[in-house]
Amino acid sequence: MIKIKNISKSFNGKSVLHSIGGEFDKGKTNLIIGSSGTGKSVLLKCIVGLLQPDTGNVFYDLRNFTESDKEVKSEIRREIGMLFQGGALFDSKNVEQNVMFPLDVLTKMPLDEKLDRANFCLKRVGLENVNKKMSSEISGGMKKRVGIARAIVNNPNYLFCDEPNSGLDPQTSIVIDELILEITHEFNITTLVVTHDMNSVLGIGEKIMFLYKGDKLWEGSNDDITHSGVKELDDFVFINKVMKSLKGK
Amino acid sequence: MKEFGRYMMFLETLIVRRETFGTYYKLVIDECILIGVKSIALFMLVSTFMGAVTTVQTAYNLVTPLVPRYVISQVVREMTVLELAPTIMAIIFAGKIGSSMAGGLGTMRITEQIDALEVMGINSSSYLVLPKIIASMLMYPILVIFAGVCSILGGYLVGTLTGILTPTEYVMGIRSAFNDYTITFALIKSVVFAFLIASISSFKGYYTHGGALEVGIASTEAVTSSVIAVLLADYFLANLLL
Repeated sequence: MIKIKNISKSFNGKSVLHSIGGEFDKGKTNLIIGSSGTGKSVLLKCIVGLLQPDTGNVFYDLRNFTESDKEVKSEIRREIGMLFQGGALFDSKNVEQNVMFPLDVLTKMPLDEKLDRANFCLKRVGLENVNKKMSSEISGGMKKRVGIARAIVNNPNYLFCDEPNSGLDPQTSIVIDELILEITHEFNITTLVVTHDMNSVLGIGEKIMFLYKGDKLWEGSNDDITHSGVKELDDFVFINKVMKSLKGK
Repeated sequence: MKEFGRYMMFLETLIVRRETFGTYYKLVIDECILIGVKSIALFMLVSTFMGAVTTVQTAYNLVTPLVPRYVISQVVREMTVLELAPTIMAIIFAGKIGSSMAGGLGTMRITEQIDALEVMGINSSSYLVLPKIIASMLMYPILVIFAGVCSILGGYLVGTLTGILTPTEYVMGIRSAFNDYTITFALIKSVVFAFLIASISSFKGYYTHGGALEVGIASTEAVTSSVIAVLLADYFLANLLL
């Protein structure tokens, strides 16, 4: 479980997040949603420690991450897997080396074990026979899958996904969403997804936090989101005709 | 001054929370190949022509018959060892290797590859930059030695083939009044220059923000700042050690 308390962040005097708090449950896909520029990615970066919040704390299973020294932070981070918006695969490495990378640097596992584990993870995300391809030789959807394989290779307790569907066609987006949901349940990890994709929200949002202009306006599940009673959330959810027709029903 | 302070703090991050020796060993070898082996042809080409041109121009300026012709190769030797091989090659090194380091790290920054390393609990600056600095400090002195040899050989070829001086005169000039401390001085300079170029270029690349345009700007700044630092260090080292 991840708990955040009073997270605030500003850049050059401009406040981006205002005292955000909440809990992200273990074994569930937790979503942070909101329009572009509402502070979703900033909140995610504060949670994983890529940004230092101005105020507030982040707790990983009761361990205070924000106030820990660099050694402890490093230890906690080794329990984290993260899928970045563009995949963030290392250009100089092929698919297999990218997936094995956390094992190479963080463990003393023998090479054959590392290869087995990497192949297992690649198979798990539906990728086979691409081991020797460079990241520039694979499609956007495949990059996301390799990114997921790399994120889970070290058996993480926490999985973070920053806009996992950006730049993907709707069909591939659903595949990626389902993969994230399956992995979360299969390995019982705390998954946190930042997205503004409504298909993801309705499909995998077991617990949802809605941000609006740096404030948390609503929290609930995908079953409740269509009748939240929050105007800003309704404006966000019922933006297209299909969703508006759903509301009518 | 603020930038200098950031640079010093950046250097500090390279030595705290390091990874295992084995990790660095492999990375340093990879960087040595990239920095040293893949640059040697360019260095040999440039230095050979540098020695050849120095020979021709020194001969052109020595118009009095009172000065023996072997002085030409003596001048080539002194210029090569003291300045051309370590300093001029440092400018080439900054242009080829420094810009590549800044561009590579800048691209890694804007494509979130550096963030990915940090999230994994790896000290990204130490993991990415320290091997580059160590490899530069190991390989650049070797490149300077190659450059020195090629420069003197270039001078020999042009000097003897065009009849400026005989092979015996050239060799005599190379050997006369030789002070081996100049070699030590050149190697000290090359280690310092390599550190400055690799660390400044990495610093510029590592803190790139924005997109492709900023990566280009970072590469340009890396070369400019490195060259200025090399020239300043060249002056201070000459004052200090000669």
